[in-house]
Amino acid sequence: MFLEEHLGKNLLREARLRVPRGGVARSAIEAGALAQQLGGAVVVKAQVKAGRRGKAGGVVPADSPDEAARHAARLIEGGLEGLAVECVLVEEKCTIDRELYVAITHDPLAKTPVVLLSAAGGIHIEELHAAAPGQVLREHVDIRRGLDAEAAAHLVGRLAVAPSPAGALASTLTALYSLYRTLDAELLEINPLAVCGDTLVALDCKLIVDDSAVSRQPALPPPVATGTPLERRARIEGLVYIELDGNVGVLANGAGLTMATMDAVNYYGGRPANFMEIGGDAYRKAEPALSIVLANPRVRSLLVNLCGAFARTDVIVEGVLAAWETLRPTVPVAFSIHGTGEAQAIELVRSRLQIEPFDLMDDAVRAAIQMAGRQ
Amino acid sequence: MSAIEPLMLDGIPRVVVQGITGREASFWTERMIACGTPVVAGVVPGKAGQQAHGIPVYDSVAAACRRHAVDLAVLFVPPRVAKAAALDAIRAGVRQVVVLVEHIPIHDMMEVFAEAEERGARVLGGNSPGLVVPGRYFVGILPAWEPTIFRPGSVGVVSRSGSLGTLVSVNLARTGLGQSAFVGIGGDPIVGTTFRDVLEMFERDPRTEAVALLGELGGALEEQAAEYVARMTKPVVAFIAGQTAPAGTRMGHAGAIVAGSAGTAASKMAVLREAGARIADVPSQVSEILADVLCYR
Repeated sequence: MFLEEHLGKNLLREARLRVPRGGVARSAIEAGALAQQLGGAVVVKAQVKAGRRGKAGGVVPADSPDEAARHAARLIEGGLEGLAVECVLVEEKCTIDRELYVAITHDPLAKTPVVLLSAAGGIHIEELHAAAPGQVLREHVDIRRGLDAEAAAHLVGRLAVAPSPAGALASTLTALYSLYRTLDAELLEINPLAVCGDTLVALDCKLIVDDSAVSRQPALPPPVATGTPLERRARIEGLVYIELDGNVGVLANGAGLTMATMDAVNYYGGRPANFMEIGGDAYRKAEPALSIVLANPRVRSLLVNLCGAFARTDVIVEGVLAAWETLRPTVPVAFSIHGTGEAQAIELVRSRLQIEPFDLMDDAVRAAIQMAGRQ
Repeated sequence: MSAIEPLMLDGIPRVVVQGITGREASFWTERMIACGTPVVAGVVPGKAGQQAHGIPVYDSVAAACRRHAVDLAVLFVPPRVAKAAALDAIRAGVRQVVVLVEHIPIHDMMEVFAEAEERGARVLGGNSPGLVVPGRYFVGILPAWEPTIFRPGSVGVVSRSGSLGTLVSVNLARTGLGQSAFVGIGGDPIVGTTFRDVLEMFERDPRTEAVALLGELGGALEEQAAEYVARMTKPVVAFIAGQTAPAGTRMGHAGAIVAGSAGTAASKMAVLREAGARIADVPSQVSEILADVLCYR
């Protein structure tokens, strides 16, 4: 769960970390009024669930309330690189001495939390890291012990130029680490953490809470509905669905096989219309999943590619048939079925749809592409 | 810190099934037993003294271990109790823990990994489909009993995904190559056993002649594996799913900095190719290339 900057900053503030004064505006008028209250010179920041926002022009300084209102109007009406901007954050402009970079995430190789710290923050941090990897310090943390004051001080001590006061940075790191743990965060990134005189101010906050832990995080705000109407419908059904611009509807099981099926559609010259995951326990949800895939008006043919491991293909095919017989779609369909339950699944397709599943996945993919082209 | 236990590709482990009375656990336990896996005990807190599939049930792995010799614990429990269940097995001295459970919070798994590392236990997963040594045993949620999918052979298969790994196994069975072992490392952001760990086991395993590596976009495990591929004596054929998946910048700068790469399917294919692996564009090519490499057919 990706929390927009202003929601993340609320959590920082509750944890007694410093963030700039400011507020959320949903219109140009609100943005102008906020800028007025903040003394005129402000920064207007598009609130979107995406990275690279600074480089995309979603963070703009304004010297007057009028200018702030104009920037807010442009972002809210025009969006940012195709993403809708529902609101902007209007914040006081801080006088910055230096910008640091801090992030806490997990290291999949060490299998531990890792704290990243660099004396040079800002939107070019990745380029900096690529050019001079030593500039971003790492401290792996034993999750059973946590990041204590000593370890934080040790990390700060490794900076070539320690910001003064170093003690404030160490205690900010321990506070951020406790927040990372308390919130079950996948990522807590402060870029930049600004040195403003003798205080440290979080100018940005990127917070992603582990989706598998959201249910035990009652303090989080309710998720905001995003995406196309079909994507929202899928989320309500507990399915992961992404609409794409191709015309071959894809239904497969498991994220790995679904991605591989889309790759094969592309490889043989077609374009997938969607990503739809019915892996894990969701294999019992083939009926709503197929209804959503078929509701996309771009779909000209359907490819059902199943390979059962945990997911029983006979159970998936029962769901597919239930949706098919209710919706009676006119698009042609190609099946390929292997793995757990394949004999019953293939027999169901033969007897109920009078269709012969392809023995090879590649043949089913090519047939679906060809049928989409003919439609 | 003790050395981390390898997975058993040679012998046959004695297994305890945690959560043995659940719906899915019942289905898969029966099949594990039918495939010859010695399931010696089940664990369900509060159901000590009962039997499931003729197997005694205990309150904890610790209690089961007082009555049985156990080599491997497999978890079929809800995600919210998975951490406690895995720690129970590790602290009872079980050296191999297979975590099939999906949607376990990452922080919980990091606690499990810290404990496992300290005690030298091997964790496979979370969100692993399990492992199959065809003709010997299987642990997990894979159609190991189907001779058209899993048959004893020469290719070591290591996959993040159960469904994609099973499809490639179908092709390997058809080609006649079969599998020396199938290891599903799991699709979670952090897993206990990496591609690289499994490649080392396959390099040592006398029955494995070549390896099929089935990765996915995201993370850094394929890149880490590539460093080892370059030093292996056995050929590796790789397919990376997600070449056409919508790109995301979800994990921000930190993800790329920690991973040391962009983590895209294309970047993974490039480093693996550079390390000497052959790359398949579609899953069906994996068995075709392996047949060529092993001069089979």
